[in-house]
Amino acid sequence: MIVAKRKPLNEIAEMVAPYKRVSVIGCRSCVAICLAGGEKEVKMLVSALKVKNKKEGRDQEFEALVVERQCEKEWVKEVEDKVLGSDITLSMACSLGAQTIGDMYPSHVTFPGLNTGIFGVPEEQGVWSEKCVGCGNCIIHTTGGICPISRCAKSMLNGPCGGSANRKCEVNLDTDCAWSAIYDRLKIQNRLELIEKVTPAKDWSTSHAGGRRTYVREDAKLTPHQKKGKEAIQ
Amino acid sequence: MAGRKPKVVGFCCERHGMDAAVLSARSGKEFDASVRLVQVPCTGRVDGMHILKALEDGADCVFVLGCLEKNCYYDTGSIEGRKRVEYVKQMLSEVGVEKERVEMFNSASTNAWMFPEIVSKMVALAKKLGPIGGEKQ
Ligand code: SF4
Ligand code: SF4
Repeated sequence: MIVAKRKPLNEIAEMVAPYKRVSVIGCRSCVAICLAGGEKEVKMLVSALKVKNKKEGRDQEFEALVVERQCEKEWVKEVEDKVLGSDITLSMACSLGAQTIGDMYPSHVTFPGLNTGIFGVPEEQGVWSEKCVGCGNCIIHTTGGICPISRCAKSMLNGPCGGSANRKCEVNLDTDCAWSAIYDRLKIQNRLELIEKVTPAKDWSTSHAGGRRTYVREDAKLTPHQKKGKEAIQ
Repeated sequence: MAGRKPKVVGFCCERHGMDAAVLSARSGKEFDASVRLVQVPCTGRVDGMHILKALEDGADCVFVLGCLEKNCYYDTGSIEGRKRVEYVKQMLSEVGVEKERVEMFNSASTNAWMFPEIVSKMVALAKKLGPIGGEKQ
């Protein structure tokens, strides 16, 4: 899932300060699970901003809202009136949600309330760790199911590097060495021969460096005729 | 500000927290009766939202009173309650509001003297800090 963190409240307060009516919109998907921008977080944020305004004597109106998935236009459409009825929208979804609102209502100002961080997994309650950077060409079948691109500080394809010691990464001794973990995993899978295989340089053309990537599934796309029909229903 | 009564809200768990309050009253101990107590099943039930809402709606200070840690009726409830209080304190710091307006306390139900002490501490603090945003209420 996408893991995000709330921006510091003073930063958020400063961003929205010039606007009178603020719609704050959370998302019930990834950011609710990582406790950053679900219903509760939106309500707490609004409440804290109201307490701040009370202290500073600022007059501002907040509307706390939450949608099922803010990265999908259909769900955003449900709160369209509230968005357009406000002077600014503070998105408490990941940046995908904020950008969806921004793209749908380009003349309306939408700000991010969260810092979108990682593709990660919950390791334990309250802890999320990065496991993928979306390189577009997955190789974890050769690395014991452990991603060296996201989990090795140097994204090495042939590790470990010379700095790996006691299962820890030389870049940060609090972090496990990804290649040490890969070694252990391959060993219990009786596939250790893979560690000796030299992997050539990766084809990074599938990664983000070439600009915005778009994935298309032709059979799922609507034909112009179908689109017309859908628009007629809406 | 003369005559204004400080507004203090206390979320007390229905076990040791509320029992401590009741025992102190029964033992004839005196405390400021204007403090508004909200009984909750456990301090683990207190959400950051409840505390913030109380401040938003006019409380000067809020305290949460639960069982002693390691002697909590629901085992870890008062530990949870403390975590919520700490989180709200952090949020208050971020928005520039005195974080000491919110406090967590633990008490055994047999501590008749503790509840009046908590109340006078919070009432004194509420008097010192005054309402959030100054006198309007
Ligand atoms: S190899 Fe690429 S796609 Fe696979 S987990 Fe790592 S970053 Fe993600
Ligand atoms: S110590 Fe391990 S994780 Fe760190 S850079 Fe070297 S190979 Fe990568």
